[in-house]
Amino acid sequence: MILIGERINASFRDIKQAVLEKDKRPVQEWARRQAAAGADYLDVNIGAVSKKPEDMAWLVETVQEAVPTPISVDSTTVEVIKGGLKALDGRPVLINSTTADDRKLEQLLPLAVEYNASLIGVAMDERGSPQDVARRVENGAKIFAAAIEAGLTPERIFLDPILMPIKFMQAQAKNVLETIQQYTMLSDPPPHISVGLSNICSKAAERSLITRTFLVMAMAFGLDAAVCNVLDDELINAIATAELILNKEIYSDSYLQAFKMRAARLNLERRP
Amino acid sequence: MEVKIQIPEVKQQWPNPINTIKIGATKEEGGTRTSTVTVGGETTLPFYHFEGKIPHPPVVAMEVWDIPGEDWPEAVKEPFAEVMHDPGEWAKRCVEYGADLICLRLKGCDPNGANKSPEEAAKAARRVLESVGVPLIIWGCGNDEKDNEVFPLVAEAVAGENCLLGTITEDNYKTLTALCTAYKHKLIAESPVDINIAKQVNILAFDAGFKLEDIVIFPSSGALGYGIEYVYSIMERTRIAGLKGDKAMAMPILCDIGIEVWGVKEAKAELPEWGDPRKRGPLWEATTAYVYLLAGADILIMRHPEAVRATKEAIRRLMGLDRMGGEGQ
Repeated sequence: MILIGERINASFRDIKQAVLEKDKRPVQEWARRQAAAGADYLDVNIGAVSKKPEDMAWLVETVQEAVPTPISVDSTTVEVIKGGLKALDGRPVLINSTTADDRKLEQLLPLAVEYNASLIGVAMDERGSPQDVARRVENGAKIFAAAIEAGLTPERIFLDPILMPIKFMQAQAKNVLETIQQYTMLSDPPPHISVGLSNICSKAAERSLITRTFLVMAMAFGLDAAVCNVLDDELINAIATAELILNKEIYSDSYLQAFKMRAARLNLERRP
Repeated sequence: MEVKIQIPEVKQQWPNPINTIKIGATKEEGGTRTSTVTVGGETTLPFYHFEGKIPHPPVVAMEVWDIPGEDWPEAVKEPFAEVMHDPGEWAKRCVEYGADLICLRLKGCDPNGANKSPEEAAKAARRVLESVGVPLIIWGCGNDEKDNEVFPLVAEAVAGENCLLGTITEDNYKTLTALCTAYKHKLIAESPVDINIAKQVNILAFDAGFKLEDIVIFPSSGALGYGIEYVYSIMERTRIAGLKGDKAMAMPILCDIGIEVWGVKEAKAELPEWGDPRKRGPLWEATTAYVYLLAGADILIMRHPEAVRATKEAIRRLMGLDRMGGEGQ
């Protein structure tokens, strides 16, 4: 499972404040905590606080100072993404994200190639978010084909079927599961499949339980990446257990420790 | 009409190389060895030269005891008959026979046998070190309590020599793991033909502060029938998991061949209708070693000089070293 830490996002009040005041401390604190928890990428998002590429650059630089973890540069605005990419120190990067919209693809695919980046493609198009499986698959396949055409390998492509709040759009979770299964059949090896996990529990009670139950089910369908709260121990334990059940990891009595060990290992390996 | 059929690309790219581990320390490195041994580093399955790199050929350690091997079958006792009273002389003989390392097994410490003292064990280890220049594996007697008394002295007596000490198990790992950390030795992690426990022991050692890179996996060895089959498939699964990225499984693997082979009736029985045991035994040992090489063994512990010679020859061929002019590591 590829874990993308969600916490450095200006929709959280402390990060918003930090971006406005250029206060590095809370950003770097979250960077360290998520890296220590085993994040493979740290998502970095200035949200609605700013539209300035230089603010994204500041955020990326601030994270880079604190940890060696790869970064997911997250924005709906191409210029802001560019700002983040320019600030990179050469570490692996994930662009989060393009949609199936032609204009977006035309701008972001060349950037992914230029920065040797991986790319998340959200199964959305100019009409908005799909409400069924067919359009999710159509959009995902379109992004996948365009990315391959541009020269990306399947390992660098992450498809996101768009997860929606269970409380408000209950039928969509099942559609997402079916879409995931379809995505796994796009190629061999298949692209990565990722979701913005916390969307599922938005405004709901039992948020943590809903989140991890969905995640485990989605893993069974082929999900292998998530933008999520890597500090949620119960979530991490559920992932570790699902990996055992899917026979992706060899069982040992201390398998939860073994999964956490990977955090220590990731950080050791990345130490310059 | 000519039909061209494209042969599909079958090469795999594995993301994680097996750990590289060095045993022995030369004078410059703080020890007294005249040679060291490096194993591991594979980026592919055993001998898949077409697919990845196998930077270090498997090596053969020969077995020496701290007491004469009274229960060794005649066929394998013979080549060492006049040196078995002295671990130093015994080790020298092994080096003459081509041993890359010596495995000193502290059988004499067994409380149900000679019950030698920790001091005597340490002395035997020093004796071997002083007699030969190759690196050393030191193996306990197998009685947990006694091994935990013996190893503190032994590990200290060979400090600086970067030895490979074993074994730790799921139920007994703390003492030896701490000693190997303190005296900078490498560690053999043993499991009873059980891949889950193999992983567990490694995690336990890691949790106790030991580096995964300094561990060699000993999955147990068999020399007959199901025993071989079980171990073979465990070694394959272990190696595949390691190559795929499981850090708790990406270790070089050790196989304890001699002691197993010379315990099975098929190898040692003095039955004329089964052929001369002086030929049958070494052949059985060499064949067993070959099986484990194919399963992914990095270190083989063996006994009979003829089996060692045949195995080293097999390793050269499997590594393609004959073609390349016979260069070793």
